[in-house]
Amino acid sequence: MPKPQVPGLVKGLGVTLGTMLQTIKPKKLGGGAATVQYPHEKETPPIRARGVIALREDNCTSCMLCVRSCPDWCIYIEAHKELAPPRRAGGAPRKVNKIDRFDIDYALCMYCGICVEVCPFDAIFWSPEYEYSEPKIADLLHDRTKLGEWMETVPEAPALEVGAEKKKGK
Amino acid sequence: MTDLADRQKLSYIAAQAADARLNVELETEGMTLNLGPQHPATHGTLRIIVRLDGEQVIWAEPSAGYMHRGYEKLTEVRTFPQVTTLVNRIDWLGSFANEVPFILAAEKLMEIEAPPRAQWIRTILFELSRIANVSLFLGDLGVQLGAITPVFMAFRDREYVLNLIESATGGRFHPNFDRIGGLKDDLPEGWITETKQVMKKLRNFCDEIENLLFGNEIFQSRLRGIGVIPAEVAKQYGLSGANLRASGVDWDLRRDQALPLAYDKIDFKVWTHPDGDSFARCWIRLQETREATKIVDQLLDGIPSGPVMAKVPRIIKVPEGEAWVSTENPLGEMGYYVVSKGDLGPFRVKIRSASFNNISIVPWVLRGVYVPDVISILASLYFILGDIDR
Amino acid sequence: MTALLAVDLPYWAQSLLRVLGGTVAVLLPAGTIVYLFLFKMMSFMQSRLGPMEAGPYGSMQLFAEVGKWLQKEDIAPERADIRVFRAAPLVVLMSTFLLVAVVPFGPDAYFTDFEAGVFYMLAVSSISTLGILMAGWSSANKYSLLGGLRAAGQLIAYELPMVLAVIGVVIQAGSMNLQTIVIKQNSDSIFGWDGLGYPYILTQFVAFLVFMIAVQAELTQTPFDMPIAESELVSGYMTEYSGFRFLIFFIAEFATAGVFAFIASVLFLGGWGVPFAWFGWDDINSVDNWMNFGGPLIMFTKMMVLTGIIMWVRFSYPRFREDQLQRFAWKVLIPVSLVNIMITAIFKVAF
Repeated sequence: MPKPQVPGLVKGLGVTLGTMLQTIKPKKLGGGAATVQYPHEKETPPIRARGVIALREDNCTSCMLCVRSCPDWCIYIEAHKELAPPRRAGGAPRKVNKIDRFDIDYALCMYCGICVEVCPFDAIFWSPEYEYSEPKIADLLHDRTKLGEWMETVPEAPALEVGAEKKKGK
Repeated sequence: MTDLADRQKLSYIAAQAADARLNVELETEGMTLNLGPQHPATHGTLRIIVRLDGEQVIWAEPSAGYMHRGYEKLTEVRTFPQVTTLVNRIDWLGSFANEVPFILAAEKLMEIEAPPRAQWIRTILFELSRIANVSLFLGDLGVQLGAITPVFMAFRDREYVLNLIESATGGRFHPNFDRIGGLKDDLPEGWITETKQVMKKLRNFCDEIENLLFGNEIFQSRLRGIGVIPAEVAKQYGLSGANLRASGVDWDLRRDQALPLAYDKIDFKVWTHPDGDSFARCWIRLQETREATKIVDQLLDGIPSGPVMAKVPRIIKVPEGEAWVSTENPLGEMGYYVVSKGDLGPFRVKIRSASFNNISIVPWVLRGVYVPDVISILASLYFILGDIDR
Repeated sequence: MTALLAVDLPYWAQSLLRVLGGTVAVLLPAGTIVYLFLFKMMSFMQSRLGPMEAGPYGSMQLFAEVGKWLQKEDIAPERADIRVFRAAPLVVLMSTFLLVAVVPFGPDAYFTDFEAGVFYMLAVSSISTLGILMAGWSSANKYSLLGGLRAAGQLIAYELPMVLAVIGVVIQAGSMNLQTIVIKQNSDSIFGWDGLGYPYILTQFVAFLVFMIAVQAELTQTPFDMPIAESELVSGYMTEYSGFRFLIFFIAEFATAGVFAFIASVLFLGGWGVPFAWFGWDDINSVDNWMNFGGPLIMFTKMMVLTGIIMWVRFSYPRFREDQLQRFAWKVLIPVSLVNIMITAIFKVAF
């Protein structure tokens, strides 16, 4: 003989009541809502979160790899050649590329991270910064000074899980 | 009690009889109702043209294409690494699962295999994206049937899974983590313990949904015996995934196919249900979410150590050839037919997405049902619009 | 019976007081229900906090919403039957105001002391059906039409169990006057023990259940919300309404919930009264004057409990299908309430 069961209708009411009590319970006792009151309190995104792309201008040689590998072509680089003082005394002056323009159109960006990955000179990084919305869509085209400011928010790469192969020093 | 085949035959005959009855009854003026393109039951912009007699459907046809983004064409002008970020957007609720078959097809062409650790992590993320996808279905099911609370519970607990995916891959919805030959990066520290806790929460969520919805007598009376799809018909229309298994066909590509993923190293149950009605489809998905949490737990215990990336050239050129790989995605069978001419990008990609085939049965299954059942059947068939229109 | 205020007011002043009182009796419960249950309880049940920004704990949110709705353009579809379309929300709201007219809130705090109160209450509650049907038909929208037709079928089907459930109470009280029903409940005793009075929920529990289910259906709350079913009919008869006409529908929905809860507490829970034995009152004439202010508060508390249950069910359950709903009304609720009437009648004659 099957055990007498609580009707599903009553169980359903119990679930909603339980959730309500859990929400009302003070935060100290492990209760509280699952939501966060956003402008007042903020969640910290994980270290790897792809929030915004930051630029270290000194490292960029304007090799155009990121521009070419971007799936929707939202990076714009313009550069000119300059003569820099030689590394060693008596050497010939070096030719370096100085960027005039490094813009990323965040209205187009898909946040795929391919540009960060292909960059051979460690010039672009992901930052978990996320509060950079603009009232106008045209203002989402951010230039190199803005991208450089985000460099401060770039965190160290996280330690890896047990069993991972050690990274060869890059 | 009749056995399975007989029951299906009977329900099929009943559906046929309902058809015949419709034609005999007095003729009344019909009404054409456009469900969509902007309708809450269609999860996006799917349009279903329904011809009604009173509240009874006499003819229905889905009209897809309102959100066609032309991914098959787009892939032809992208390089192989760029395609993964595009295909993320096909089934946007379980995006990681979209990358896997494409990458596997490319690897098959290049004749390389990802290292074991990469395969395991791939499988874990694959199952996590299945949970992220199906748990939202379980909540959304309530909304379609008028219960407003389950969807918030689904979003609450799905958020934990998304956090996991984000902390591992960096992308919340569109991970773009899979690379030809392995993965972009290894897991961050502490990820495994965190995942185990989240899996406990997810199992708790499944229990809550079972108490709140599946045990509810109203819910059962709404879904039992509605939208019955016999196994034969399901096969003919090319259904896959939970929709097929709910019709009693024991078919799961995770188990039936030898792919370089870690599914053969663990044991899991493939759930089937003999009834083939809407309730069976929903129930199968609930059980699969539970099963997926168990799969993840098993995989986490046995994760091998080692590199996550095989040796691949920096600039990937896939040799000439053709490859077809399909996997058991959250929505059903999803496959890529990749043709390469030895260039940087594919020459042609054919995407077989599950939802497109799953909604092809809509004209058959909607005939003779009432308008409220249209909604519950569509909800139980479970399609993602991006997966239909690509 | 003592007078509410020891002065004789002219007729116009009395009327003005009644109008004010009626407005308060309809709008105050509606506002409280919306804030406490729709905004807060629902949010807590879904493990979120609900509105928090407008006023302390979002308590001013409702005013913000009303302000928003009032600003919106009043749109009518091109092919709508414009006069019927415009009148429909008012007809629905009118039903609520007519309902509250017979509810007693205290020994003297009532709008009308009406002998056939129960009869009148059941009659005017179906006026809202008319408004909903008008809205559904005149909107010139297929979804609205389906919603309106469903609403008509549903409301008429559930009127019957409601009537039959109330008959049990009427038999037991021997009166159709709501005030008399309240007094009876508070002055009677159970087998000589009068600590609780004699609320009819004890003997008429089946009728109470049937009444509450029927109320749930009359209010078109989940699980009986097919007429407005957002996910299938896109809010049904309300689809085409915007601005303050939608607001009126919205107020009517929750105000009617409050008024029906008032009526249920009058019929089954003893209404405004406290058991008279507590204070040594013999009958209505010896009731103290403060009950005119205490009574409404007691009523309000009971109303909140009942609407709390209504809303709790609403937030937890999925909805029925139209045919299942009709079957439930005709095959379960009506036979049950008929049996209940029979048993009540037998006991009434026997004792």
